[in-house]
Amino acid sequence: MNLTLKIWRQKGPDVKGKLVDYKVNDISEHMSFLEMMDVLNEQLVNSGDEPVAFDHDCREGICGMCSLYINGEAHGPDRAITTCQLHMRSFKDGDTIYIEPWRAAAFPVIKDLVVDRMAFERIQQAGGFVSVNTSGNTQDANSLPISKHAADEAMDAAACIGCGACVATCKNSSAMLFVGAKVSQYALLPQGQVEAADRVKNMVAQMDLEGFGNCTNTGACEIECPKGISLSNIARMNREYLSASLKG
Amino acid sequence: MSVLDSKVPKGPIKDKWTTYKDKINLVNPANKRNIDIIVVGTGLAGGSAAATLAEQGYNVKAFCYQDSPRRAHSIAAQGGINAAKNYMGDGDSNYRLFYDTVKGGDYRSREANVHRLAEVSGNIIDQCVAQGVPFARDYGGLLDNRSFGGVLVSRTFYAKGQTGQQLLLGAYSAMNRQIARGKIEMFNRHEMLDVVKVDGKARGIITRNLITGEIERHSAHAVVIATGGYGNVYFLSTNAMGSNATAAWKIHKKGAYFANPCFTQIHPTCIPRSGDYQSKLTLMSESLRNDGRIWVPANIDDAKAIQKGKLKPTEIAEENRDYYLERRYPAFGNLVPRDVASRAAKERCDEGYGVNATGEAVYLDFAAAIERYGKEQAKIHGHHDASKEKITELGEGVIEEKYGNLFQMYEKIVAENPYKTPMMIYPATHYTMGGVWVDYNLMTTVPGLYCIGEANFSDHGANRLGASALMQGLADGYFVLPYTIGDYLSDDIRTGKIPTNSPEFDAVEKEVTERINFFMNNKGTKSVDHFHKRLGKVMWNKVGMARNATHLNEAMAEIKAIREEFWKEVKVPGDANEMNLELEKAGRVADFLELGELFAKDALDRNESCGGHYREESVVTEGEQKGEALRNDEEFAYVSAWEYKGEPSDAVLHKEHLEFKDIELKQRSYK
Repeated sequence: MNLTLKIWRQKGPDVKGKLVDYKVNDISEHMSFLEMMDVLNEQLVNSGDEPVAFDHDCREGICGMCSLYINGEAHGPDRAITTCQLHMRSFKDGDTIYIEPWRAAAFPVIKDLVVDRMAFERIQQAGGFVSVNTSGNTQDANSLPISKHAADEAMDAAACIGCGACVATCKNSSAMLFVGAKVSQYALLPQGQVEAADRVKNMVAQMDLEGFGNCTNTGACEIECPKGISLSNIARMNREYLSASLKG
Repeated sequence: MSVLDSKVPKGPIKDKWTTYKDKINLVNPANKRNIDIIVVGTGLAGGSAAATLAEQGYNVKAFCYQDSPRRAHSIAAQGGINAAKNYMGDGDSNYRLFYDTVKGGDYRSREANVHRLAEVSGNIIDQCVAQGVPFARDYGGLLDNRSFGGVLVSRTFYAKGQTGQQLLLGAYSAMNRQIARGKIEMFNRHEMLDVVKVDGKARGIITRNLITGEIERHSAHAVVIATGGYGNVYFLSTNAMGSNATAAWKIHKKGAYFANPCFTQIHPTCIPRSGDYQSKLTLMSESLRNDGRIWVPANIDDAKAIQKGKLKPTEIAEENRDYYLERRYPAFGNLVPRDVASRAAKERCDEGYGVNATGEAVYLDFAAAIERYGKEQAKIHGHHDASKEKITELGEGVIEEKYGNLFQMYEKIVAENPYKTPMMIYPATHYTMGGVWVDYNLMTTVPGLYCIGEANFSDHGANRLGASALMQGLADGYFVLPYTIGDYLSDDIRTGKIPTNSPEFDAVEKEVTERINFFMNNKGTKSVDHFHKRLGKVMWNKVGMARNATHLNEAMAEIKAIREEFWKEVKVPGDANEMNLELEKAGRVADFLELGELFAKDALDRNESCGGHYREESVVTEGEQKGEALRNDEEFAYVSAWEYKGEPSDAVLHKEHLEFKDIELKQRSYK
């Protein structure tokens, strides 16, 4: 298929960017979206132009590095996948495709389609852990039975890949699905209880500090989340936050 | 020829590690504050090492090329992590895990290291559970296990099909705690471009800030390389796009010996290639072989019809299917080790029985498992006269619970529903058992320079068993290196900060800068990927699953020719003083173009078949094992450690002879 691409090009963080038109031809429907981008970049390099910078790494939907806003949707038109898992069979010959970076004040553009997600790092550093040293003398793993239900639910929350699609797609640029998932994983497990109150307060405080917006329950994040992280994680975080605040 | 000193402690194998730990030097807590350690790479090995060293009180500087340590490619490991907990009561023990790993590695690993790995395996699970890693559990609330290829017990712990992700997030959370305390200084989007030695010791690294292009100097009392394997030398592999060998190769060029490069694992269950544009291959966890049956059509005409799209696999009757693993290896069946399964698939496809348009695919079929589980569920839920449809529905539910995310991933890539039609799979380069040579302390041949995880060579011999990579990465990082590095650093408590304005730093920074300037100024005509793909083709065709002397000699000459052309013709657009992805790739591919040649040279030297390394010249010629790989212990029971001497073809071989005191060497048989 032959396609027209309208891609956001921006030389650096402080430079004004714009959409630039490109053409790619003979694209196979079996290609992944990023392989189509590879074709474009090979074309650009061969003609002496600078290729389009975009983040990607594992190309199997787990590292969370890729982050494209395609035709107005985070990770493109398909559901429950990342951009690297999107295949060209989702498009048709003659299509025009808009490709933009994540759009959020807390995720400034570094170059072209690459954004800075350090805000997520700082939120995790504020409390996304259990304070247990490596000693080799922690108690035997099976001395702490955890109900299958709780373990499965914690796993569902922990499946978050930290890509930022939830923020990009939210009209408020809220990070509550991301933070809610991390808070939930630990809130659901006994190991997380000791530090639960401090954790939720510190992570939420950092989230606010980073300039993410608030949640107005539109649910767009859940729909665009490549890992299907549920909105119930936000509710759980709110409960945790409320009870932590009441405890003082 | 010098003899490599592996520094394996004396004494019975069961006591070596404990006795050794009790006697090595320690650094007292007050002195640890004055000692800096650099850790390059933040996967399971690097992440766990950085966190643990910081907990102990050292000042850690950690580096990764991704925008977050959480994105290192350990995250893609699906199936699980082994540990000799014997929770299933099936007779597992440290010894059995040790034995299975040495046997699975086809007797080319260092016995003492492997035993230590087995000893700490249980601690890893304890530690990860304490961190909040959500391992799968049974209804009683205890940890669940599953079985994996090449072993006869269930010792694999897992978190759905995302075990690597969950373990890495555990290590990452431990790092975050130390980053918040200021004990780890984290450098995201930084790439190590060389190591700096002062008075023969590793004392720092030169990095490039991948956002600004700035070349930076970082000093430390010891440097730890944890940058993973070199599978991307094949261009197509299951590695991440950015996975590279630059750190490992650069330290090799500065004096670290490189061991067994030809020991590379071709993983049997990957999604087949669909065209020339393919950028990477996706692995489907080996755990699928627990329930999936592998087959190709028994009749060549059926195979041809399938390749042309005229016949569907579900239309082929049971008696016309060749379950070749079950046929050839009745004892292990579909659960033979990875190298055996991969070669068997290649053998069938080379004979023309492949099942997709390229002829390079075999089926992995879940129909039997769906029926078996469905009947079991029907009984449990009291459906005595369950219809075929009901049984299928119940069975699919069980399969979904076990492998749901893998099935979804497959469907997204191939656009076929694997619940209804068999998956297509084919082998792909996955893991590199070879790597930087290290002694028992995990130190390279350069003092103060350590290498851990997949980047080193020591534990998996010529073939790695499933669910052992995660185990080794975390063992090295959480439980081995943090002890052994103290023994070395105890001599450094009076050294003081290492200055970065020394002539040694000047010289290495100059080398790095000159290479970058070369790329930017070279007026070539071909892209970096052009050369990488050509290298990959040579590697796959001539240094792939089956190797012979003729092909290996040709490969060495061809790689050298591609390398020479690369330096003349490579084109890197853009600017060095900003984010430049082509420049990043150029440096990595330049190193692969050298490593590839050494890889072929090593494969040529090792004229025996062992593990993932299969020489057509060394096979059993008669009897029940006819055609199977033939190891040659008399001549090749050694580790090949190569010393850099300029051109890869000039590398000098040093041999570490392997002694097996606790295990009797046998030809592997999975029949």
